[in-house]
Amino acid sequence: MTLMLLLTIFVLAVFVGFEVITKVPPTLHTPLMSGSNAISGITIIGAILVATSSSGVLTKIAAFVAVAFAMINVVGGFLVTDRMLGMFRRKD
Amino acid sequence: METSFHVNPVWIDLAYLLAACLFILGIMGLAHPRTAVRGNLLGALGMLIAAVVTLLARGLDFGVIVAGVLVGSLAGALLAYKIRMTAMPQMVALLNGFGGGASTLVAGAALAQTASPDLQSSVATAATGLVGAVTFWGSLVAFAKLQEFLVSGRQVLFGGQKALNALLGLASLLCCAWVVAEPTSAAAYCSLVAVASVLGVLLVIPIGGADMPVVISLLNSYSGIAGATSGFVLSNTVLIIAGALVGASGIILSRIMCKAMNRSLTNVLFGVLGPASGAASEDEVYAGKVKATSPEEVAMLLSGARRVVIVPGYGMAVAQAQHAVRSLANLIESKGAEVEFAIHPVAGRMPGHMNVLLAEADVPYDKLKEMDVINPSFPQTDVVLVIGANDVVNPLARTDPACPIAGMPILDVDKARTVVVIKRSLGPGFAGIPNPLFAADNALMLFQDGRKAIQDLIAAVKES
Repeated sequence: MTLMLLLTIFVLAVFVGFEVITKVPPTLHTPLMSGSNAISGITIIGAILVATSSSGVLTKIAAFVAVAFAMINVVGGFLVTDRMLGMFRRKD
Repeated sequence: METSFHVNPVWIDLAYLLAACLFILGIMGLAHPRTAVRGNLLGALGMLIAAVVTLLARGLDFGVIVAGVLVGSLAGALLAYKIRMTAMPQMVALLNGFGGGASTLVAGAALAQTASPDLQSSVATAATGLVGAVTFWGSLVAFAKLQEFLVSGRQVLFGGQKALNALLGLASLLCCAWVVAEPTSAAAYCSLVAVASVLGVLLVIPIGGADMPVVISLLNSYSGIAGATSGFVLSNTVLIIAGALVGASGIILSRIMCKAMNRSLTNVLFGVLGPASGAASEDEVYAGKVKATSPEEVAMLLSGARRVVIVPGYGMAVAQAQHAVRSLANLIESKGAEVEFAIHPVAGRMPGHMNVLLAEADVPYDKLKEMDVINPSFPQTDVVLVIGANDVVNPLARTDPACPIAGMPILDVDKARTVVVIKRSLGPGFAGIPNPLFAADNALMLFQDGRKAIQDLIAAVKES
């Protein structure tokens, strides 16, 4: 894909991000951080991509650590966010 | 062993698009506590779809991926279930770090596999290496500081700090140029990561205490940016979109935090918060004017009150007093008074820290009021209970333009009829300045550990 296209996507996504995140109330800012953190675990895709095409031992190790780190981010992030949000919901 | 399916690339891209939409819908769900749980689940679903499609398309390499997924999931789940709500800032710091670390490794591994990277991927690789390594090490230092593990949680300062940081910043930019010039050189990328790692440690080490919310928000943003730049390395749209969302989120939060302290981002990151020269000393402010009180006296005040506002601060988190505070609030309410909580944006060690603690203790979220909402109501408030907060209720911010917190928006608790400050001593807050509130005519000091004080208050109110 051309660089221009990717750059366009990036800039538009930043605008979307600003738009939706300013609507999150301060009371949910901690879950927002942990939840968006889990979303940044999307690097798992990159980790899978490099893991499946890696050949050398060093790159295999790097890919393994990358997959593990990204999974901590994804699983830890979504679960802890769910745990926190459950506390907010109980009072409804 | 590998099993892979032939998947049409269009389907993969469509799945990534779906995942990106789910991430956006997920964050939109966070606009209200009622829809937030579902929002978070939508985000998780998006992640699952993106990961499964990638695995199907690329084949399952059982050695590396399954091992990594198992180790990572186990560690993540353990962290998520074991962590105490008071330790949430540390948890978020740690998660930020892992995100940055993963991106750095992905960019490095991708570099090693490409025979002749084009300019786009080499520039993106350099950016990922720099931002990712700074995020990883900076977050680990932030974690250690919050946990008070090895390093002190307060500011750590040494001579020549700024010059050294500037030098390291320059060196890391030179390494970036080296990576772009010689993208196949492993030495170039490793040097970049090494220099950026030292820079990450040194950038965060000096920052401490009440400035932590800004640092955590900023590292959150960096972890997103590193994800997005690694998307440019791999020409992968979902990485770019998700990274951009997280990057924007962290920047918005850092901005809110800075505004709530009336300081610029540069001042928080590189400035030194010190006592202003010529400011009144503690003796001048406090001498003979501070009135200590007892739980019994406060209980009497509370029994006659119609409106009570509770102001929690980092001290409540340290004392693990949130459950006791909830019980006290319920007790006061059962005697017919109205109870609300006033939350300053930078109370605690991360954005929304107090809200999470009080939610854990079952305080309904509509009782938590933001500063701008609750400030006009203080003149009609009979009793304010300040629990472990200091700088955010210091009236010097309004009156002394030379003090370090000048112009910082504060909770106007001094305008209430009576202010009871629960605090172990007259020790200063993070800003290191005395607080004239403690010596005010309408202020009473209850010198005790937060949780013990609240428990004594509960007993005293029950007896009265």
